Amino acid sequence: MTDSTAPTSTLAGAGRLVDYWAIVYKRTWKGSAISSFVNPLFYVLAMGVLLGDYVTSDPAQLDGASSYLDFIAPGLLAAQAMQVAFGEVTYPVMGMIKWQRTYFGMTASPLSVREVILGHLGFVTFRVALTCGVFIVVMAPFGVFTTVWGAVLAFPVQLLVGLAFATPLFALTAGLKDESAFSLVFRLGMIPLFLFSGAFFPIANLDPWMEALAKATPLWHGVDLTRMLTLDTVDAGTAAVHVAYLATCAVLGWFWAVSRLTKRMVA
Amino acid sequence: MIYASGLRKSFGSFEAVRGIDVDVRRGEAFGFLGPNGAGKSSTMRMVAAVSPVSDGTLRILGLDPATDGPEIRARIGVCPQEDTLDTEISVRDNLFVYGRYFGLPRKEVRERVDELLEFVQLTEKADAKVEDLSGGMKRRLTIARSLINRPEVLLLDEPTTGLDPQARHVVWDRLFRLKQQGVTLVLTTHYMDEAEQLTDRLVVMDKGLIVAEGSPLTLIAEHSTREVAELRFGVGEHEALVGKVEDLADRVEVLPDRLLLYTADGEETIAKVHERGLQPVATLVRRSTLEDVFLRLTGRTLVD
Repeated sequence: MTDSTAPTSTLAGAGRLVDYWAIVYKRTWKGSAISSFVNPLFYVLAMGVLLGDYVTSDPAQLDGASSYLDFIAPGLLAAQAMQVAFGEVTYPVMGMIKWQRTYFGMTASPLSVREVILGHLGFVTFRVALTCGVFIVVMAPFGVFTTVWGAVLAFPVQLLVGLAFATPLFALTAGLKDESAFSLVFRLGMIPLFLFSGAFFPIANLDPWMEALAKATPLWHGVDLTRMLTLDTVDAGTAAVHVAYLATCAVLGWFWAVSRLTKRMVA
Repeated sequence: MIYASGLRKSFGSFEAVRGIDVDVRRGEAFGFLGPNGAGKSSTMRMVAAVSPVSDGTLRILGLDPATDGPEIRARIGVCPQEDTLDTEISVRDNLFVYGRYFGLPRKEVRERVDELLEFVQLTEKADAKVEDLSGGMKRRLTIARSLINRPEVLLLDEPTTGLDPQARHVVWDRLFRLKQQGVTLVLTTHYMDEAEQLTDRLVVMDKGLIVAEGSPLTLIAEHSTREVAELRFGVGEHEALVGKVEDLADRVEVLPDRLLLYTADGEETIAKVHERGLQPVATLVRRSTLEDVFLRLTGRTLVD
């Protein structure tokens, strides 16, 4: 008979949650697998191929893309990473704090709040990885990747984009009284980000102040970085700034999330 | 097992626990009895090492919850007042994942899950989703879950609140078996019958303080009489009648709907009430309970 123990590290503690998240995923994978395969296909067909047919533009005006499809594909990919993060750390997190109180069950065991958060973020990252991995594979036959390496490296970038959104949003949710703010988070947060962060048009088309605003959003950094990789137009300095920016969002968000959820649960 | 001295808990300017001393010994069933808001749950959350101590000393299994929270939680079992089950996964999976949180190997957890399902009589419901269970079944599942790590102490916060009488008795029966197996039980309740049935020793809490301590029987012997004669008169007449029966009992309590006469022999007291020409609508003679102890100590009833 083995004795139950306290975990030796935060990572080891989060690891004890793998079986829980695997069971949760087994219950829901069908729906999310179909949508993660079908959604990118619809987007690429409708906006890249069919709408893109009407867009004839000089590659110089499309960040170097030779077609609108090539321009929009990396934007859609990064936006997908963001959307998965939004979906996974809003209602589901609120449910585990407030409706089902599952987190309280977890922290009554030897696990602590940071381990619970890390476990959940691990699952979010898994969901981003799966969705974006499928997205990349589905887009490949459309010839949107200039090099194989570009496609391969675009994958970890999506994990970073997902985390840059997941940690601060997790923190936001952890402090919300109820779910009423979520409709604002989606309508005034996610949708404008999706539309104006350079996924669909070069942000140089915006007014200078709006362009500055767009450049401050994590999604633009993710879109631009992904686009550099898929179009093979990487500028090392700019890429490093993008990575640093996204990593900073993820790390600051992590500390904020730990602080907010601790305050909420440990009173 | 659990030692507290001058233990306090405050939330901002509100003091939920105002300095209590408790010493729970191995193998005993210890109770915190008191009405809602007495500070029982705040105390339990501190003992469960999920809520920081505001002041005073607290040791659980000799460990300090401020520094050894995870180690303490690895060795205790907690059955919270509100269910924290995952209602969308199965009964078996709820137990299985919980065992994993304690760092137990999968194979061992699986065996333990089968034993516990048997113990709480949920084997047939093993593959049902939790949302399809009745309140009593969910409670039993939560108790099973709290036992997954073979805890040295089991903490139960209001274990049968919200259950119907039949479901309560099933839970009591299971808890009684655990007690017989030598598991140390610590429970809070605002039901005096629960405290009487399950605990060897208890403290009566009111407004964040302990007002009495002892076994159910000694508390009753110390703070009440052997029997109670309950007299029910017409609405609104009770207050006025106190003077006419006062001398027949050691003590008289007026409740909105009846008079309680504390006496050694209830039948005899009622006979005397009738001799005085008083005609109660209804009478009842019963043994004193912890409810009477609480009424005596605080002037209020346990359940409003």
